[in-house]
Amino acid sequence: MTTQRTSGRRKQALAAAVAVAALLTTAACGGGGDDDKGSSSGAAGFDAANNKVAQASAAKKGGTLKFGAAQDADSWDTTRGYYGMMWNFARYYSRQLVTNKAEPGAAGAEITPDLATATAKVTDDGKTYTYTLRDGVTWEDGKPITSKDVKYGIERVWAQDVLSGGPTYLKDVLDPKGEYKGPYKDTSADKLGLKAIDTPDDKTIVFHLPQANSDFEEMLALVSASPVRQDMDTKAKYGLKPFSSGPYKFASYSPGKDLKLVRNTSWKQASDPLRKAYPDEITIKFFSDANQLDQRLLNGDLDLDLNQTGMSPQGRTTALKQHKANLDNPVSGYVRYAVFPQSVKPFDNVECRKAVILGADHVSLQTARGGPVAGGDIGTNMLPPSVPGAEGQKYDPYKLAGDNKNGNVADAKAALKACGQPNGFKTTIAVRNNKPVEVATAQSLQASLKKIGITAEIDQYDGSQTAGIIGSPSNVKTKGYGIIIMGWGPDFPSVQGFGLPLWNSKYIAQSGNNNYALINDKTIDGLFSSYVTTLDDAGKTKIATEINHKVMEGAYYLPFVFERFINWRSDNLANVYTTDGYSGQYDFVNLGLKNPKK
Amino acid sequence: MLAYLIRRLFAAAVMLVVIVMVVFGIFFLIPKWAGVDIALSFVGKQADPAAVEGVREKLGLGDPIYAQVWEFFKGIFAGRTYTGGGDSIHCAAPCFGYSFRSEQAVWPTLTDRFPVTLALALGAAVLWLIFGVSAGVLSALKRGSLWDRGAMVIALSGVSLPIYFTGMLALSVFVYGLDLFDGQFVPLEDSFSGWFGGMILPWVTLAFLYAAMYARITRATMLEILGEDYIRTARAKGLKEQTVIGKHAMRSTMTPLLTMLGMDLGALIGGAILTETAFSLPGLGQAVLNAIKNQDLPVILGVTLITSLAVLVANLVVDILYAVIDPRVRLA
Repeated sequence: MTTQRTSGRRKQALAAAVAVAALLTTAACGGGGDDDKGSSSGAAGFDAANNKVAQASAAKKGGTLKFGAAQDADSWDTTRGYYGMMWNFARYYSRQLVTNKAEPGAAGAEITPDLATATAKVTDDGKTYTYTLRDGVTWEDGKPITSKDVKYGIERVWAQDVLSGGPTYLKDVLDPKGEYKGPYKDTSADKLGLKAIDTPDDKTIVFHLPQANSDFEEMLALVSASPVRQDMDTKAKYGLKPFSSGPYKFASYSPGKDLKLVRNTSWKQASDPLRKAYPDEITIKFFSDANQLDQRLLNGDLDLDLNQTGMSPQGRTTALKQHKANLDNPVSGYVRYAVFPQSVKPFDNVECRKAVILGADHVSLQTARGGPVAGGDIGTNMLPPSVPGAEGQKYDPYKLAGDNKNGNVADAKAALKACGQPNGFKTTIAVRNNKPVEVATAQSLQASLKKIGITAEIDQYDGSQTAGIIGSPSNVKTKGYGIIIMGWGPDFPSVQGFGLPLWNSKYIAQSGNNNYALINDKTIDGLFSSYVTTLDDAGKTKIATEINHKVMEGAYYLPFVFERFINWRSDNLANVYTTDGYSGQYDFVNLGLKNPKK
Repeated sequence: MLAYLIRRLFAAAVMLVVIVMVVFGIFFLIPKWAGVDIALSFVGKQADPAAVEGVREKLGLGDPIYAQVWEFFKGIFAGRTYTGGGDSIHCAAPCFGYSFRSEQAVWPTLTDRFPVTLALALGAAVLWLIFGVSAGVLSALKRGSLWDRGAMVIALSGVSLPIYFTGMLALSVFVYGLDLFDGQFVPLEDSFSGWFGGMILPWVTLAFLYAAMYARITRATMLEILGEDYIRTARAKGLKEQTVIGKHAMRSTMTPLLTMLGMDLGALIGGAILTETAFSLPGLGQAVLNAIKNQDLPVILGVTLITSLAVLVANLVVDILYAVIDPRVRLA
């Protein structure tokens, strides 16, 4: 018996030693000597690819570029995708008449010709746009891409009853009365019955806008304006294997599991001034656990995160401590905020809205979002810094990043008095239950409002039903959602691409509403009307600034942060940079590998 | 025996119908009562009215709930065609629904992912039966010994520690730390050794939890049985201890274990969500988790049905096996 005990203890000690050694090894493996200027492993350095190109000359042809993702695209169909990362990735297999420049930072949001020989020839006071297609542009089977293919691809946007999900700007601008019913209900023989687009020959395409829209070319740069060949259109199933017009084509795709692109051998470099097509293959592996994805990134098994929405808190902590040279900290283009529906009393009174804005602790809200690095800079107004006309923190009408950053109880109480609620009031904060960071901001706001006498209950609603719950003004009123926590990013970098659905009264809808504040301000509507007919950039920028000022003066929103992400790039990634064209994401299309055999 | 089987199969079919109706109720009726339009969650940021209507038509959201349930069952045996907005999609029998998220029929998704889950469940079951039952028997035989105490402490930790913890720990130590395993799933058709290597940690992690439970149940049952009169009689008759344990005690111990095994295997075949998530295995558990995140009702419904079916079949098999293990049980 005694012997057995001794033996057992030895075994226990041995087992403990093995376990400790194993854990120490793990820690030792993770240790790194990275600094901001690069690492011995070859990483370019912290923020080395943020708005500038890192390791451009190191990119070599060949190899497999490996993406990982915790979330699949909403659809890989160019008409149906709405996720920013899908638009970014779609440039591998789709081309448009015009697209964003493949350049870092603000230059990446500028428009450059892609299938077209030049940007639009705009005539008729901004109501006619004419393009000519390049020579040598082909589909993956080698047949030429024609202007009719471009028209058909755009017409698919009208088939919302089959191809739901994508942006509908082109439909709204080219056919505001909704006269065309889409190619699947088109009775014309060639299914090209949309009157707003002419294709006089295979090389020429002409757009006739009923009313000018100064952002029209931005809309044509969206992937929803990609060509689709009629005989290859598999309608709702097109997203499972889109027919390629770009340098890569689909080899395999299993939704939620993996995706593989291989070279499109019919694509000719000479026909494409934008795409470098460095890797031979591009793969995506989907994970259901974000921590697993981050661990694979840290381990060097993957090159980057397809979703580009920042690492998970655990992965981020490890990466910042041990692999800082592999990280970039770009501004995402998103503004995170609380919005006050005017249908819920007392938020119909501007002074009560101001009381909440002034009483909130903005540093605490920023911390809840992840702090200045992972969360972003304190938001001081509603226009993201990447949108022309934005002033960033320079425009801070409520001193949210200044004197009032920890909340101004005295001014908030004065506002409450002016609102006729000197003792405060009760309200409900609506927040998505599947966004822990948003729940944290709701709790932060709840705590600071208590100090000024506002009692706020938090209602965590089903996040997957956002459009039906907070997108229904009648439901918002019934539930008494005085404060809604949300976030928004630009579809294209302009005040129209960001703010039109949020602030224009025309966009107040009974379901799927995004103008949560129910802003019905003739001045703001008028400014948007002026914006779309203003063709010069300086004029557009001025109007964008004015709109932002009017929105902030109305105190409809409490901005939390101008969001930032912590994104990972592997040691092996080359020619890597973030771009405003895709809200601070890495520009996927020209990524290369330093060592293609790795 | 035949009458028994028919009765059980009929009961299983009724149970499946009830399950489908409950799942339909959860996803369609409850949001409706709450005033939420499900179609809106399928149409993206710009909710075009035509898109909302198209989704409603294709999903049959305007139909009464009984009609939706009927269409679903009809699809399993006769296939089904989904129409709307000038598009028509045929889902061949057995049609377990059509996912409008992935634009794929549910059945091929299930059959694609099922082998991964089955391999995970069976491999882990072999491990937990070998180690769990052996540890339990030895503990019972050496009651109060250091072995017994040690085994039960380990068993307690196995039961207490959640899989997402043991899974992450195993990965951080053996994959990212010691680099003993690649830790990535490789399809069996690509490489047997790669597949086997990728499955070892998931098997061990999953088996750790179940082996612990089986060890504790085996020990308790065995201890109880060892105190029974017929064991004393067997010993008094002068039978060898090996025979007493192996032939008499083990046989009785197996009965509750078999019930557990049936239930556990059935449930696991429906998707070991935590293990598949921790190790990124593309099985049914991962599919259903993604489906829940994306509100992909047809996939959730399909996996729920497969899980229910697996549990029902496993229980049926267990009941039949009872008769083999315990001659006192007669099926009638």
